[in-house]
Amino acid sequence: MTAYLLKRLIIAALTLVLASMVVFAVMEILPGDPARLMLGLNASADQVEVLRNQMGLNAPLVLRYLHWAGGLLSLDFGRSYTYSVPVIDLVRERVAVSLPLALIALALSTIIAIPVGVFSASRQGRAGDTLTMGAAQLGVAVPNFWFALMLIYLFAVWLRLVPAGGFLGWSAGIWPALKSLILPAVALALPQAAILARVARSALIEVLNEDYIRTARAKGLPYRTVLWRHALRNAMIPVLTILGLQFAFLLAGTIIIENVFYLPGLGRLVFQAITQRDLIVVEGVVMLLVAAVILINLLVDFSYAIVDPRLRGRQ
Amino acid sequence: MKLWKTILAASVLSLAAATSAFAARTDLTLGIVLEPPHLDPTAGAAAAIGEITYANVFEGLTRIDDNGQVQPGLAESWAVSDDGKVYTFKLHSGVKFHDGSAFSADDVKFSLDRARAKDSLNPQKPLFAHITDVTAVDPATVKVTLDGPQGDFLYDMGQVAAVIVGKASADGNKDKPIGTGPFKLDHWAKGSEITLVKNQDYWGTQAALDKATFRIVPDAAAAVPALLSGDIQAFANMPAQDALAQVQSDPRFTVVIGATEGETILSINNKKPPFDKLAVRQALASAIDRSAIIEAASNGLGKPIGSHFSPGDAGYVDLTGVYPHDIAKAKAYLKEAGLENGFSATLKLPPVPYARDGGQVIQSELKEIGVDLQIIPVEWAEWLSQVFTNKDYDLTIVSHVEPNDIDIYSRPDYYFQYENPKFNDVIKELGSTVDKDKRLELLGEAQKILAHDVPAVYLFELPKIGVWDAKLQGMWTNWPIEADDLTKVKWTD
Repeated sequence: MTAYLLKRLIIAALTLVLASMVVFAVMEILPGDPARLMLGLNASADQVEVLRNQMGLNAPLVLRYLHWAGGLLSLDFGRSYTYSVPVIDLVRERVAVSLPLALIALALSTIIAIPVGVFSASRQGRAGDTLTMGAAQLGVAVPNFWFALMLIYLFAVWLRLVPAGGFLGWSAGIWPALKSLILPAVALALPQAAILARVARSALIEVLNEDYIRTARAKGLPYRTVLWRHALRNAMIPVLTILGLQFAFLLAGTIIIENVFYLPGLGRLVFQAITQRDLIVVEGVVMLLVAAVILINLLVDFSYAIVDPRLRGRQ
Repeated sequence: MKLWKTILAASVLSLAAATSAFAARTDLTLGIVLEPPHLDPTAGAAAAIGEITYANVFEGLTRIDDNGQVQPGLAESWAVSDDGKVYTFKLHSGVKFHDGSAFSADDVKFSLDRARAKDSLNPQKPLFAHITDVTAVDPATVKVTLDGPQGDFLYDMGQVAAVIVGKASADGNKDKPIGTGPFKLDHWAKGSEITLVKNQDYWGTQAALDKATFRIVPDAAAAVPALLSGDIQAFANMPAQDALAQVQSDPRFTVVIGATEGETILSINNKKPPFDKLAVRQALASAIDRSAIIEAASNGLGKPIGSHFSPGDAGYVDLTGVYPHDIAKAKAYLKEAGLENGFSATLKLPPVPYARDGGQVIQSELKEIGVDLQIIPVEWAEWLSQVFTNKDYDLTIVSHVEPNDIDIYSRPDYYFQYENPKFNDVIKELGSTVDKDKRLELLGEAQKILAHDVPAVYLFELPKIGVWDAKLQGMWTNWPIEADDLTKVKWTD
């Protein structure tokens, strides 16, 4: 187990180094000059040059990479070109929105998807199954920004239960903050739940055809117990894999939902930084996300071991 | 007796409740599409900086009003020497910066010298190019000397990038803007909103609003529900043109279509063959149907233009008829250029709806005369580096929003790559002409040269689509400069 862990950690570290090079290189290739963007159409070429020097953009590529990567080692992500504040402060503010949002959406999606998947698998081929899986198909197909707008019109414009968008920060109180996260969380959770329910269903159907299920039934265990205790647990591995991927997606891939609800989340920070060529912010956030994805994958790997005792014995 | 007391107490209470209910609101939440990168108008070109800070947080020597007219700002009056070279500004007294420090002639000298310095990063540095000296005569008097008479000088001193900053606070203005205006920054929740509060120590007339919040709404589709739910009460310029009808039919809102200084044009790379031939450019101008483009790119709200000049400005000449929409004529021009079989070219489109939507119409219109356009969508950063800086383009669509910017066609090495000595002479004469009538005449002449010579195809003036709560008063109708001046905004009720 220790050797396995060590190996995983070394691979993770190498992935991070490689990712830092790729991220830096891609940002270099991207056409566009952050200095010209800031100074606009009426500034002279000389002025742009002065600003480029100030921003340290004229130093040789390798030196800049080493400077940046060296900073990363001491968790110094540099200063944003456009906002001129430390990148880490920007990220901290955004994570305070994106992380709770992702967690709520993930919880919602799991709470909806697992019972639906179980229900559907246990009625395979029957009307209940067809109906729920049809609904799940719809859930995957509906564009989530459209669904989000429908939610806004219903709950914010018509019923006036929640704000139409925006996030005033946790300092405004837990309940007001949660209120502004509910609709985006639902909008995010629904398509994820639809995918998850389909995965849970097919994994469960596969398990239900295994011999030991028949054995469990034969020895007189009630169907419910077999379904929820024996079958579901064994069907969890693909479900956990998808959950891990979904969490990584929810953390940063929610730009559309963040735009519709004008939430100051991570996705919008990256998007805005790319359009403004605030390269150092893009690089910093991408590196943090790479680290987060690696961490989530490690956690998923460990959770396999929890649901499947056989994996614990190996290595 | 007890009953009377109760009734009395109740009526007093209800009276108090009634008055508080009828007292007008003093807070306002406005929606803006783009978040400013920072809040220092002397250090960045992003329009959102000026939109939030101009006249609210920062003030200049003069100020531009809703109609594009020059009004006194921090200078209460001025005198111009007979040769037009020396401006003596008399400053308001008792003016304080938001950090409590007193404003004086030294700050004006500091601000202007900083903007024109060698290492200045002012985005509109050319505005200060003609200043040769700034002297603080006494704390309330500043003398500015120019290298020659400048017709636009007072207007230029009212522009966004010419605001006066404090000597001690200038370097921190990006994050903590310290101006002299009626509002000061309260807080900026990055990515979310910027809140201004009333400056109780303001030297002039106090603002009616106590608090103004600019909330960033990046998605056009989110703008309408934000208004309908009451979360946002005003958009100085509404992003969702398609959904305008929905708001227009709602009596709770006022919709005001105003003018901007944004000449939306099909820019041409004038040195790149075949566009170096006048006949080819004339063919483009004749092949284009402005009304179809205006319909697609601005929901029919933009005003057609025939030259690089805003229809709302004094001196405007209607030149939309110089090259009327005429396919046969366009084909004849192509034949004259020896290109009767047409040719192909690229059209680079920045990520703004007017360009992307207008570009498709232009593509299909030019197809009719055999000009095959390949559309290349680009981001702003790419547009700036490829098109604007490296001039690597054939055609592009863009709106030039700077006020009074007809002189860009005379700038050497500008991305149009247009050179016309006759035009340059007119612009040069205009720069040093102070007499009003003579100026209008020269402006007309400059417009006519561009309209006939087609260094760009002139499409329409970008509209400003103001949408706000019907009970709100004092919002700007037009955008002579991109500013959301809130000094006269108030709730009526």
